[in-house]
Amino acid sequence: MTRFSAARRGVAWRLLGTATAALLVASACSSSSGTPNNSITLNVILMKQAAYSDTDIKAMDDAFTKANPNITINAELVAYDSLHDKIVTAQVGGGGKYDVVLMDTPWPAELVKANIVTDITSKIPANFTSGVFDSAWTAAKYNGKIYGVPWINDTKFFFYNKDMFSKANIAAAPKTWDEVEADAKAIKATGVKYPITASWKQAEAVICDWTQLAAAFGGSDFVDASGKALFNQGGGLAALTFMKKLIDEGLVDPASLSQTEDDVNSVMSAGQSAMALNWTYGLAVMNDATKSTVAGKIAVAPSPGEGSVTTTGVNGGMSLAVTTTTKHPDEALQYALFLASESSQEMDVANALPMWKASFDNPTVTKGNPDLFEAAKIEFAGLVARPVVPYYTKLSNALQDAIQQALLGKKTPQQALDDVAAQLPTFQQ
Amino acid sequence: MTVDTLRRDPPKRSKPWPETWVAAAFVAPAALVILLVVVVPLARAAWMSLFDIELTKPGVEPFVGLGNYITQLTSASFWDSVSKAFFFTVVTTALELSLGIGLAMLMDQPMRLRWVLRSLVILPWALPTIVNALMWRWIDNATYGSLNALLTQVGFVHDYVPWLSQETTAMWMVIIADVWKMTPFCAILILAGLQGIDRELFEAARVDGASTIQMFRHIILPLLTPIILIVLVLRTMEAFKVFDVIWIMTGGGPASSTQTVAIYAYRTAYQGYDFGQGAALGYIIAIAIMLLAAVYLWLLRRTGSTKS
Amino acid sequence: MATSANGVDEVMNRPMTTPQRNLASPTKAPLPRRRKPITLRRVLRTLFVYAGMAIALMVILGPFAWLLISSVADKADLLSRPLSWIPAHISFDRFVDLTVGSSPDDSAQGFRSALMNSMVIASVTTFVGLSVGTVAAYAFSRFRFPGRGWMILAFMATTMLPPIALLLPLYQIMSALGLSDTPLALIIIYSSFVTPYVVWLMRGYLDTIPRELDDAARVDGCSRLGALWRVILPVSRPGLLSTALLAFLLAWDEFLYALVITQTNASKTVPVALNDFIGRYGVDFGRLATGGVIAAIPPLIIAFVFQRYIVAGLTAGSVKG
Repeated sequence: MTRFSAARRGVAWRLLGTATAALLVASACSSSSGTPNNSITLNVILMKQAAYSDTDIKAMDDAFTKANPNITINAELVAYDSLHDKIVTAQVGGGGKYDVVLMDTPWPAELVKANIVTDITSKIPANFTSGVFDSAWTAAKYNGKIYGVPWINDTKFFFYNKDMFSKANIAAAPKTWDEVEADAKAIKATGVKYPITASWKQAEAVICDWTQLAAAFGGSDFVDASGKALFNQGGGLAALTFMKKLIDEGLVDPASLSQTEDDVNSVMSAGQSAMALNWTYGLAVMNDATKSTVAGKIAVAPSPGEGSVTTTGVNGGMSLAVTTTTKHPDEALQYALFLASESSQEMDVANALPMWKASFDNPTVTKGNPDLFEAAKIEFAGLVARPVVPYYTKLSNALQDAIQQALLGKKTPQQALDDVAAQLPTFQQ
Repeated sequence: MTVDTLRRDPPKRSKPWPETWVAAAFVAPAALVILLVVVVPLARAAWMSLFDIELTKPGVEPFVGLGNYITQLTSASFWDSVSKAFFFTVVTTALELSLGIGLAMLMDQPMRLRWVLRSLVILPWALPTIVNALMWRWIDNATYGSLNALLTQVGFVHDYVPWLSQETTAMWMVIIADVWKMTPFCAILILAGLQGIDRELFEAARVDGASTIQMFRHIILPLLTPIILIVLVLRTMEAFKVFDVIWIMTGGGPASSTQTVAIYAYRTAYQGYDFGQGAALGYIIAIAIMLLAAVYLWLLRRTGSTKS
Repeated sequence: MATSANGVDEVMNRPMTTPQRNLASPTKAPLPRRRKPITLRRVLRTLFVYAGMAIALMVILGPFAWLLISSVADKADLLSRPLSWIPAHISFDRFVDLTVGSSPDDSAQGFRSALMNSMVIASVTTFVGLSVGTVAAYAFSRFRFPGRGWMILAFMATTMLPPIALLLPLYQIMSALGLSDTPLALIIIYSSFVTPYVVWLMRGYLDTIPRELDDAARVDGCSRLGALWRVILPVSRPGLLSTALLAFLLAWDEFLYALVITQTNASKTVPVALNDFIGRYGVDFGRLATGGVIAAIPPLIIAFVFQRYIVAGLTAGSVKG
């Protein structure tokens, strides 16, 4: 028994020693903002699995520090789902930890209202304003002012299986959604169970698709200047009705209601469907010979329009914003501008599109994917933003719910959208 | 023997302290660890709950007294989330208890290879909550899940069902995930209770001609009552504040059909940006659970079982 | 046969001796020696029991088996419809990638540092909780002092608080202390909810150790602390082990606080790292399954190997209230 006590004591001390050592190491690794002797540390929060890998970001950060030796970058990369909540928690609860934050397209209104990001309209250099696509700036604008530097540019393209198209004797990609419907029927007649697959899960994914279609059907504003709902009429209503129609006609896989963008890629890659909308990265995945059974058969076209609208694309880009709590606003902006310009050289075009007009004419950039760039050139003219309102999250959640209800047949599209419109005043308080 | 060792070299005698002081000294470290980490934030949360703190109105934080509490207690969404939590609690506890009793009785039967079941039964409980939630999310996946595959291959359903995307089924899938994980816990506790029952009671009842069912009703169930109550208490309190498994599997959706009270509180604070109301909600939940615990304590005392 | 309330008390209050009373092994009561007649009823009953066991095993192991299969199945097999239960191609690439590989989005490296973090945090938390809690439990067990009942109630009450109530204030405090994104912050928080459990379990356990031992030690000149350290603790080894294991599992499992307080690999724990596998546009379930399997191994091994102690801890705590 005594032997055990001694042994236990020994173990206890060893454990305590290891624990203390671990703690010391761990605490030493914790981030600190600002070290003495004139050097500046910028705290930056970005997204994992973005267009740029963690190693890419590290390389760019090192390049920045090389050019600006007194500034070190402390970059945190988090999962997309957590990005929003972490920004809010840090800026509200933590007393403003970050200097630069990555902002998704629907967030500027919220973040501005919450006084988290600053207005940088006057500080954008001229070469940026002229060199970057106008439509890319919508990702960072609110009330006419600019709050972020566009960084990741993305929209949804129309991908289709060339083989399935030729089997149904369809020569070219559809230019309007009516043509899409007709083509789908033709393909269904050749034996494809569900010609169209979509990412209509009750998540932001369905809002992106619906926005893109709504704009095609003529409705590009969700809420008018006085805050009244516009989405339950015109283009918004037409788009939802059209989506329901496609399901009822058996042209869209009902499983789409639970699918994410990755699932759409999987379905297309397995050769189960002929048409889909997806972000830029989808093309590379679907044509990847190691993973896809239809590699090389997937082509890209601008997203269809309707009536007088040629094409539309939902803006899925993200921008780099400077926080209101930063102690080094100039350096923070400098970093944001650096990242946005430098990365154009390192551009991983398989995953995101350049936002610099010059890149589109640069053969080295476009040669890997000439069709994609052609389509992008056309589609960029029709980029639309999701509603830029401070209560976007609540609105989006309500709309996601309503769209699901309508697509499941539980409510008519009109009823579903009207119900959300009725809730609008409560969101706007 | 330890005491003999002590006799051989007695430790230095020290002046005895008054017992209360010694007790205080012994309890102080634990009190420090527990209460410091809890009391300070709790106080701060209480303070926050009395103000209107919204992210969309920075710098403007008027005192509203009990305003946040009243808003929540009169809000339909709040009561909806309470009913969801209530539903989840009742169903999971009922299922876990009944299945747990069944499993415990099974494990109590004399049979070969019983040790296999007994050794493996603890595994679902030991699986980390997040792994459990992710695993079931994958099993229930609408396009590739094994549940759909199994049901269609066996013929129970015609087509793949989006279990987690339908309001009618989402809550049940979450319940299944929780029941799978926690039934072993209940079974283990009840088995211990079963093994405390004198076998001779069964022998005598058998001799008297009692059937298995009669033995269950008149011997086992009454004797198991204390342990069943304890399991009830533990599970009810845990189930009411459930967050992790639902958050990972459905995020509270679809259409708030799995939005229990804890999820509702999180969303109010972090997605609705209302931290004053979020804090108030946290308190309401805490008070509700305390009340539940008080009710149970009283019940426990009444059945004359163990002191707490 | 008397099955009155007294009988219940008597049975339930039977002192829990050290868990050599192994619940995973057959009960002490000997089965009757006489040969049982082979009646139809008996045969049916046996069939019923074995069938029950088979079903129970399938339900218990099935989902986890599927997780394992998913982690080694090829993507094409994983996403096939109709589903092939036994994948045509099996590869352990994902395991290799997560354990030694490096991925462009840092998720593999992040996963490994999360494993390390969880290990450290859970171990230190267990150590702190055990030390502090056992001492307090001893006081609650041996001493009578004013406010004793209330203290115990207060301790237990803290475990009833939903994490959401304390989330933001705790985050603010940790940030103010400069501890955000550190393992230390999590250790502090976890210790606070592990300790009440330790107190509860160890008190019940210590109650079963006869006071005579304490008295004998004190007669020989031990201080109270000395009595605890030299005499009581060595005897409580099984109880301590049970409690330590339960505390470890509790700390390993925690998600919400970790999600909010950790930001980078410096402090991320396993649950958060797994959550990170959920991408913006979808989830790579094969990878997720692999991560899940690896993350489950430590707690599963602990539970399986030490289940005798864990079960004893759970039941002792519950039965004694």
